[in-house]
Amino acid sequence: MRSRNVRSQNALAHKLARAPYGAWAALFILVPLIFVAYYAFTDSSMHFTLENITKFFTARSTVTADDGTQQEVRTYMVIFWRSVRLAVISTVICLIMGYPIAYIIARASARVQKIAITLIMIPMWMNFLIRTYAWMTVLQDTGILNNFLRLLGLGSIHIIGTESAVVIGMVYDYFPYMILPIYSVLAKLDPKLLEAAQDLGCSSFATLRRVVFPLSLPGVVSGITMVLIPSISTFYISQKLGNGKFFLIGDAIEGQYVANNLHFAAAIAFILMVILLIAMAFMRRFTDSRVQGGV
Amino acid sequence: MQAKMKPAARIYTGLIFLFLFAPILILLVFSFNEAKSLSVFSEFSFKWYRELLRDSETLTALKNTLVLAISASVISTIMGTGAAVGINKLRNKAVKAMYDSVTNIPMMNPDIITGISLMLMFVFVGQLFGMATSLSFWTMLIAHITFCLPYVILQVLPKLQQMDPALPEAAMDLGCTPLRAFLLVEIPEILPGVITGFLMAFTLSLDDFVISYFTQGNGFQTLPIRIYNMTKKTVTPKMYALATLIFFAILALLILTNLADSGEEQPKKPRKPRRHKKIEEETT
Repeated sequence: MRSRNVRSQNALAHKLARAPYGAWAALFILVPLIFVAYYAFTDSSMHFTLENITKFFTARSTVTADDGTQQEVRTYMVIFWRSVRLAVISTVICLIMGYPIAYIIARASARVQKIAITLIMIPMWMNFLIRTYAWMTVLQDTGILNNFLRLLGLGSIHIIGTESAVVIGMVYDYFPYMILPIYSVLAKLDPKLLEAAQDLGCSSFATLRRVVFPLSLPGVVSGITMVLIPSISTFYISQKLGNGKFFLIGDAIEGQYVANNLHFAAAIAFILMVILLIAMAFMRRFTDSRVQGGV
Repeated sequence: MQAKMKPAARIYTGLIFLFLFAPILILLVFSFNEAKSLSVFSEFSFKWYRELLRDSETLTALKNTLVLAISASVISTIMGTGAAVGINKLRNKAVKAMYDSVTNIPMMNPDIITGISLMLMFVFVGQLFGMATSLSFWTMLIAHITFCLPYVILQVLPKLQQMDPALPEAAMDLGCTPLRAFLLVEIPEILPGVITGFLMAFTLSLDDFVISYFTQGNGFQTLPIRIYNMTKKTVTPKMYALATLIFFAILALLILTNLADSGEEQPKKPRKPRRHKKIEEETT
């Protein structure tokens, strides 16, 4: 009887332990998301409307190209596809640059591993505003990179305010997020698997391609999401390194917020959220089958 | 997976670290520039550091950031640890899955959506009460607690799952009340997770710009927001001096935690023999 009493008391205690978080999560995680949908589908007098959503897909504006020709485009479609393109390019560069370094570190001695990972985390802890700004001063026309090139007699390059500069900023800011998850999967790989593959006649490249890479896919996938999501939604990098010429979807949301068009800002955020959800579900399905097929 | 690094691997590692650190080193060097230029070094000076110390707006922002980060991390650590303990005991799989997916939302959502969503709710509630603006220190604190909580929970939950469930039961069999068993047996077991969770919450809160940007108000400025406002205009090396100080603070923190880690690992071994020795001394 007594132990039963204690058990029910215990159950009550556990309920009380998670209750504050349950309430908090409902109020400050779920309800705000409902507000995004609510604002996205209402006008300023809070009546239902689809106008904000359709505006995203149909709003048109004229842009002047570098050669002076004018062209009418779908404003937000251009912004959206530009965001996707730059984020994908940055993610691919991060993966190509990051996988080898994660692999090298994972194969080093325990001491070297610890030092290398700490070193990779230091820039991550610097605020990304500072990191981005550092590149701005490096890439400027009169910046350090161009001074250096001129010193070598190589002339100068104009890079600030181009899409390349935005990509450099994204790659630099989110690079560690690619390395760390891949490293943590590779570091846990059983070395016996590699020996077995080589004993069975795999060349070291074949071992890498057919054993190491498939097994590291979970790390690769989380690396990709951790770089892709912040790069697709960034707004500071494009403002500073693209000189505000390359509006991204994050800039569009921020711009509408600053202009106090909360309903349209919510609509863009809503669309971005839905697209990311679909993309993530798709990616999860793809990797699940790949991981199962690979092992 | 251990092997000597090949020369190609060494060169590649060197290049990657050059890429990671060159921009930061440039900030560091130019923070000591006498001239205002950010690309031509004229003369070594502490001028911009002196300017920084006189900049009361930045100093207030630093104080604000620390107050906010400490409050947010303490509250989210307490609430998150409780949540982890409660969630761990959930038998109903559907409820557990619901907690898991809700906890994942702030981590998977882009910061800008978390920020916008909270801002919309705060604005709506503010208008409901007829306030000109509802955004203030308090809305920022709520936002910070919200995005810190999942990280605390995800640090504590695995430690609870690793713990032998017989431990608190044994304590209760030996006459502990459930509360005492929790405080004296469970807490020490999960403490490493709680501490990591707290540190993560603290650093995330210190570093956050995007969510703070959307939930800020009433002139309450954190350091990242101050940096943002500084970089809106032409930047003087004063911002570099600030970045340098932040860099060394991070470096010191990392070295300290690394020392604490290795200090924790080493004495563990001699501790046992020492106790044996004591017992031997007592018995002889």
